[in-house]
Amino acid sequence: MSEEFNNDRVPSELQNNVVITPVQTLLDKIYNWGRKRSTWPMQFGLACCAIEMITTAASRHDLARFGWELFRASPRQADLMIVAGTVTKKMVPQIVRLYNQMPEPRYVIAMGACATAGGPFKEGYNVVSGIDKFIPVDVYITGCPPRPEALLHSILKLQEQIERQTLRQVSWYSKEDKGAIPVPILGPDLVDMRRVEEIKQKA
Amino acid sequence: MKPGAPVAAKPGAPVAAKPGAPVAAKPGAPVAAKPGAPAAPKPAAPVTGAPAAPAAPAGGAPKVAAAGHGAAKAVPLAAFTAEGERLQQQFGADVIQPAEYVGVHVKDAARLLDVARFLCNELGFDMLTNLTAVDYIKDTVIEVVYQVSKTSGGVPFTYKVRVARPSGNDKSAPVPSLVSVYAGAEFQEREVYDMYGVPFSEHPDLRRILMWEGFNGWPLRKDWKEAYFEGDTKPFESRWPGGDHKLAEERVPWEDNLSYPAGFDPLGFTQNPDGNIYETMQSAPLTGAADANHNGYADDEELQTDEIIINMGPQHPSTHGVLRMAVKLDGETVTDLKLVLGYLHRNHEKIGERNTWLHNIPFTDRLDYIIGMSNEVGYVTAVERGMGIKPTERAEYLRVIMQELTRIQSHFWGIGFLLNDLGAFFTPALYGITERDYILDIFEGVAGSRLMPNYMRFGGVNRDLTEKQLADIKYLVYERLPASIDEYEELIADNEIVKTRTMGVGYLSAERSINYSLTGPCLRATGVPYDVRRTDPYGIYDRFDFKVPVLYGGDVYDRYRVRVMEMRESLKILRQALEQMDANTKWGDIQAGKKAYTHRVPAGQYYARIETPKGELGYYLVSEGGQSAYRYHIRSTSFINLNSLKEMTVGTKIADAVVILGSLDIVLGEVDR
Repeated sequence: MSEEFNNDRVPSELQNNVVITPVQTLLDKIYNWGRKRSTWPMQFGLACCAIEMITTAASRHDLARFGWELFRASPRQADLMIVAGTVTKKMVPQIVRLYNQMPEPRYVIAMGACATAGGPFKEGYNVVSGIDKFIPVDVYITGCPPRPEALLHSILKLQEQIERQTLRQVSWYSKEDKGAIPVPILGPDLVDMRRVEEIKQKA
Repeated sequence: MKPGAPVAAKPGAPVAAKPGAPVAAKPGAPVAAKPGAPAAPKPAAPVTGAPAAPAAPAGGAPKVAAAGHGAAKAVPLAAFTAEGERLQQQFGADVIQPAEYVGVHVKDAARLLDVARFLCNELGFDMLTNLTAVDYIKDTVIEVVYQVSKTSGGVPFTYKVRVARPSGNDKSAPVPSLVSVYAGAEFQEREVYDMYGVPFSEHPDLRRILMWEGFNGWPLRKDWKEAYFEGDTKPFESRWPGGDHKLAEERVPWEDNLSYPAGFDPLGFTQNPDGNIYETMQSAPLTGAADANHNGYADDEELQTDEIIINMGPQHPSTHGVLRMAVKLDGETVTDLKLVLGYLHRNHEKIGERNTWLHNIPFTDRLDYIIGMSNEVGYVTAVERGMGIKPTERAEYLRVIMQELTRIQSHFWGIGFLLNDLGAFFTPALYGITERDYILDIFEGVAGSRLMPNYMRFGGVNRDLTEKQLADIKYLVYERLPASIDEYEELIADNEIVKTRTMGVGYLSAERSINYSLTGPCLRATGVPYDVRRTDPYGIYDRFDFKVPVLYGGDVYDRYRVRVMEMRESLKILRQALEQMDANTKWGDIQAGKKAYTHRVPAGQYYARIETPKGELGYYLVSEGGQSAYRYHIRSTSFINLNSLKEMTVGTKIADAVVILGSLDIVLGEVDR
């Protein structure tokens, strides 16, 4: 029995069937249990890593074993964005927009070297050095491209993270309204709207 | 054969159809282009090894003397100088025949269109293979390079025109656009405009294609530096052992991959990344002339439907990646279609011009990421032509084995996803992916990676097979794959829904396909037996007995069937290659010369093309004798095949547009590079 289910006060013959716990812990447990096993990824691939993502969903690796097989084409129905491939400046406004359209709770996996930090193409003029410059990332996977097993591993890692969530702390139940991430615009170069003041002063 | 003499120079280069008559119009009989088939175009032309260009400027001879490597570039293919002569007769002093390459230099840009027309109409160079530019910053010129080929076979013919380097956004001195001669020039000219700022006059839609409208600068110009620029050539000194390397973010002013022009005001700026894309889209013709091939076009008129524009992509389940199609619809009928590319533009060519020759091999894997092995063969073939080396026999066989396995797995994938686009969601693809995984296991065993093998080397390959791997390949080739191809075909080919949805859909005639520079299975489905393995052979493909499958429907269904037939032909090649390799080669003999890290390619321009599963992939390299390429251009199959999508699609229903795109089997990594 894990720590949060403290059943010292339960008579010994009932200990297998009865636990006493605060409602909060019980709710966390149930929410997280459901969430981690029915996360729906968005059907959205950027580059080479998407091929390995598709292979992961196919018969040999079988993503369905983890309850994650239902790739949704619409961000409105998805819980998880797997950023699978190189993030380019031309593409990043769409990615941010898609992220904003996803309902909370939402998770992001940065799959592969490019999505993590630009990868082999980092020096390119059209390449963003990692998707975490714009949206928060939960799990990073190394590899170029990562093997399907690596993606499965990241899924287990994300499940561990989801297991540790509590309703008190997760951002989507907090009162404060964080708002959407401003969508960058394509000017002479990519303009991150959160850095407008800095650009105005320094340019 | 002399080291470095281009393979295609052999007399008796197999040519499937008569020169000048590319469309073999014999329905029903797949054209078998056997090696040694007749019809070398000009047997009378002397094939001497010497620099035979009679009009060559004085520079020709001394260059040959420069030991060994000089010969590689100065041997013009004698059969083709005759074409240069014809051009010279026609245009006089306006064209010059240089010694460095097979082709002509057009002195006056104003005559370019005439030269192109003459080559296309009179001399039979009916397909524009490659169009690119090179920035010669020292001479302050930008050279626009055109390469044309005959679909009946032979090496490509090059012509070039030089224009003064435009400064900034100057558009006053344009180059005539070739779109009126070769429709396939449209995207390639837009790419040259996008990367070099060279304007083209009379171009139907001259906007940036890979970057967005409003981007500051012309990225492939030699004096344009990106934010993370560290040095002109690799390896950068800071990364050598003992060097003090900092993260790129720590070196640049914005701590990010950004640069803005002085005084840029982000708030006083409205973005317009697509230019006037929607304004220029065509409406339905008022006459409502129903095209016989696009049944049902006229039906919508009675319904009084509205016109709308919808954007499919860049995030869309049917667009095979981050492609965006802006589609104008009248009801459900497509009246115009424009592609927005560049969402995966990873600056391959700019990075490739900084990388050493060896560095580029793993990058080519990431072009068309389904077919890494084939991409590498194309690149190393081009560099080997430059360096004048030949791979060992065993390496040649290993290359053929890897290429043909790649072809099979790519077609498995492509057919699976074509069915996806038809609505048979993922089940057919699962069959394909299962078989594909077995082939990827071979790649992983032999090279270490499933998708990005990094296996080819200049003059050889990286590793030999082990006994176990050889046995695995034999099991696949002799037992598993023949059966699984049959099973896969049985499930799909006679399916009533597949037939109804694909037969007659996405038709493009052979003439238009050639004009659009369409290559690969899509071209062969229109009846043109154009396969680089036969028309301009490379490697050891002239040793194998295989057919070039051809069908005549020109529609989605025939494209699918050509792919299936090709898989069977690949198996045939594989069986021969395995037998010949066992009989004729030594185990472990996989590298000609010593393995090296530093390679130098003699100055000159080199072009090599291969037949990938998707079509013709070419590498155009310009070397100045250094450790890295001066110009590294990829003639991308998928990018150029996309040119014809509009003509195939206009007039069909929107649901068919998805299927037609699927039948082209594009991969965005190669489209956008």
